[in-house]
Amino acid sequence: MTKQQANWSPYDNNGGSCVAIAGADYCVIAADTRMSTGYSILTRDYSKICQLADKCVMASSGFQADVKALQKVLASRHLIYQHQHNKQMSCPAMGQLLSNTLYYKRFFPYYSFNVLGGLDNEGKGCVFTYDAVGSYERVGYSSQGSGSTLIMPFLDNQLKSPSPLLLPAVDAVTPLSESEAVDLVKTVFASCHRERHIHFVVVMLWSGTVDFVNDTCKELTKENSHGDKVEIVIVNADGIHREFMDLRKD
Amino acid sequence: MIFVELLCRYPYVTGTSVIGIKYKDGILMAADMGGSYGSTLRYKSVERMKPIGKHSLLGASGEISDFQELLRYLDELILYDNMWDDGNSLGPKEVHSYLTRVMYNRRNKFNPLWNSLVLGGVKKGQKYLGTVVSMIGVHFEDNHVATGFGNHLARPILRDEWHENLSFEDGVKLLEKCMLVLLYRDRSAINKLQIAKITEEGTTISPPYSLKTFWGFSAFKNPTLGAEGSW
Repeated sequence: MTKQQANWSPYDNNGGSCVAIAGADYCVIAADTRMSTGYSILTRDYSKICQLADKCVMASSGFQADVKALQKVLASRHLIYQHQHNKQMSCPAMGQLLSNTLYYKRFFPYYSFNVLGGLDNEGKGCVFTYDAVGSYERVGYSSQGSGSTLIMPFLDNQLKSPSPLLLPAVDAVTPLSESEAVDLVKTVFASCHRERHIHFVVVMLWSGTVDFVNDTCKELTKENSHGDKVEIVIVNADGIHREFMDLRKD
Repeated sequence: MIFVELLCRYPYVTGTSVIGIKYKDGILMAADMGGSYGSTLRYKSVERMKPIGKHSLLGASGEISDFQELLRYLDELILYDNMWDDGNSLGPKEVHSYLTRVMYNRRNKFNPLWNSLVLGGVKKGQKYLGTVVSMIGVHFEDNHVATGFGNHLARPILRDEWHENLSFEDGVKLLEKCMLVLLYRDRSAINKLQIAKITEEGTTISPPYSLKTFWGFSAFKNPTLGAEGSW
């Protein structure tokens, strides 16, 4: 009997991109809200961002069912941690837990591309970036998912990150203030928006005055009708703040 | 134990699209009554929508026997819920979550239930409409959902014409418009459908009926007219 060929795949790519940027005392995590399969859009209003702890937020793209399962596992492990230690997990601790959880399924991976963002124990912004089987690294900024190949080089250029090969190690956390980051955000949005991949609409990172953000939105939506959205989450000493920005729907 | 021979599976008797929308008083769902055996239209009275407990309605496309298996799982779930006799009952959100977990777990064991599901309901005035997109467990909720061909043909119509607080009549008209397009363009669709409604008061599934079709286009009457060198 000839070997049977598989006629179904346990994986699918539901698209989308995620980004996170760490600042001196804040962290911005963003992801688009489109969920797709093949050439079809399933929904325009799906959040890829999950708050795992007080000061720790994860954004994941890839195969949605695996992402959801991963979020559930981490949420339940965090609950157990709180019962045992009577405190919230710090972002670096959650970072390690996520890595271990992903590697646990090394031989049937979670098809999930994650960025973890938040504040570390000293209140500084931190971003951790992962592959599907758990290799991770603390960085100043990162993007994952469909649009990451477009976004990452742009962030490298704009944030002028020091080489990771330098010794002693130089921190890549951006010195930009929250309002300075806005200009950058506007440009990243514009460039990725025009060159976009069908899977994601836009991935945005935000910090800035509300007025400026609104003006940006108006200007950008002038050229097109409405759109899927970008969900932007800002973590700082005051807590967690969430914003949405409309995007093109095509 | 995972026996590989059992795992590379194929669907045998399948149902085609299911469409669901939220409307003013709850959820409306539509599905035809066909069960195809490959390209043969084998069964023409298959009920692909069923009420679940007091608050939910499940519609399924894909392998019919797997749908029946799901109904047995849900039967047991609802039974145990009732046996608690504590005044609480599982709402559509809970049932959708249960279904998602079952589908995902079966996919993890490489033994999937070959279905796409639409789960809608109302509990304590809150409307809920969710879908498990495929046998691998992708799921989401929205104001309008569809399975299979419905995603390609019906969702664009719904994106254009759905709005909040549709009346029952408008909702049915919208669903019928989508079902008509599917009837014309989906080869596994048949002209015998049911429309189901679920509100706070309960579930009603309509008796089967047909849509009015029109085939009198002049191009169909003499298809070769104007075709050069046709024979």
